[in-house]
Amino acid sequence: MVTVLLPGPLRGEAGGASRLSVTAAGTLRAVLDEVAADHPRLARRIRDERGELRRYVNVYVDGEDCRHSGGLATPVGDDAEVQVLPSVAGG
Amino acid sequence: MATLLAIGTAKGLFLATSADDRHSWEITGPHFPMTGVYAVAVDTRRPTPRLLAGVTSSHFGPSVATSDDLGASWDEPDAAPVAFPADTGATLGRVWQLMPAGPDEPDVVWAGTEPSALFRSTDGGRSFDLVRSLWDHPHRPEWGAGFGGQAVHTVLPHPRDPARLLVAMSTGGVYRSEDAGASWAPGNTGIRAYFMPDEWPEFGQCVHKVARDAGNPERLYAQNHHGVYRSDDDGRTWSSIADGLPSDFGFAMVSHPGRAGTVWTFPLVADSERFPTDHRCRVFRSADAGGKWEPLSVGLPEGPFYPAVLRDAMCADDASPGGVYFGTRSGEVYASRDEGDSWSLVAAHLPDVLCVRAAAV
Repeated sequence: MVTVLLPGPLRGEAGGASRLSVTAAGTLRAVLDEVAADHPRLARRIRDERGELRRYVNVYVDGEDCRHSGGLATPVGDDAEVQVLPSVAGG
Repeated sequence: MATLLAIGTAKGLFLATSADDRHSWEITGPHFPMTGVYAVAVDTRRPTPRLLAGVTSSHFGPSVATSDDLGASWDEPDAAPVAFPADTGATLGRVWQLMPAGPDEPDVVWAGTEPSALFRSTDGGRSFDLVRSLWDHPHRPEWGAGFGGQAVHTVLPHPRDPARLLVAMSTGGVYRSEDAGASWAPGNTGIRAYFMPDEWPEFGQCVHKVARDAGNPERLYAQNHHGVYRSDDDGRTWSSIADGLPSDFGFAMVSHPGRAGTVWTFPLVADSERFPTDHRCRVFRSADAGGKWEPLSVGLPEGPFYPAVLRDAMCADDASPGGVYFGTRSGEVYASRDEGDSWSLVAAHLPDVLCVRAAAV
């Protein structure tokens, strides 16, 4: 199972959960698609209507920023940890 | 009956409620903390008033939330309420305007967005569809972006004719439809675009806000990026009404909800000097459709005053006598319960005020 870790501001869109377990693996896109199927409001806060990661949302796969490892095509292993974090933004 | 004043700020929505005919206010919030609330609406056409808020998180993107209990709780559908179809290749930046349609269409709500587009809801603002005719307009590639972004910031239904609709955008100007949004034509004749080589283009103007005269819906008022105008033919042509104002620059333009010819604005010095004129906090009112203007400042700060009032940060309510409200970029909100003759402070030390809307609820 892949574990998806959620930051505090997004947990309300996942019933208060700080982590989700998903069966999809292979790519980050597949993981986020499964999250979207169960938690659509959470998903649209992570990705826009084109399916792209929002500019100020960072996603790490096993500690690596996905923007440096293939973006949504980043490989995700069966036991991987996917962490969603808001980046430094705003004033 | 209470009066509700919704205050959208750069860091959330505040709700002020007065149960004593606008003498005192109880404030809740911030609702949606750390989101920019650029658009808010109080839809009083329904048996239970509905609040609509266009909220944008700098991290988690834009959305539209609704409340049917005056802000005690908020709801969003699972699917994004406003989203561009995949084939457009566009993504929603934010919702700049939420406007309930006329009384003949009680479930219709319009949304103006960034990038410049118009969306229509037929379920009271829970979900919206892109108005393709405006998105596909051949002028769209030439619409530009000002400092605030490229957005449809004004949507004005016609109160008696659902087929007629007017939108305004920065930049691009005014566009009109007479067939319920099936087709659109620019309506900028007479509005100057000093920042373009051709100062009188068919479109491309930077119209900041347009208000429709409630008593005479063929009459409209526009605050432009330099220039204050009136149209007497439903936005086809415009003529200046700036002569009696200390400046023709500003953002806000509000018309009286029930009486013809009364309009308020908050002039700023100039594009290059965005301070209130004479560095004084003054609203200007005309009671004759822009022929003469008078400054209104009783109860407003008397010392030097520098904050601006943004395009949607001024509004009127539907009470009698009419209430007028404005919020500043320094987080103060002022209210008048006598159409601007005198003012009092509703709230201070809020984040930058982006929009205000008020109604009896």
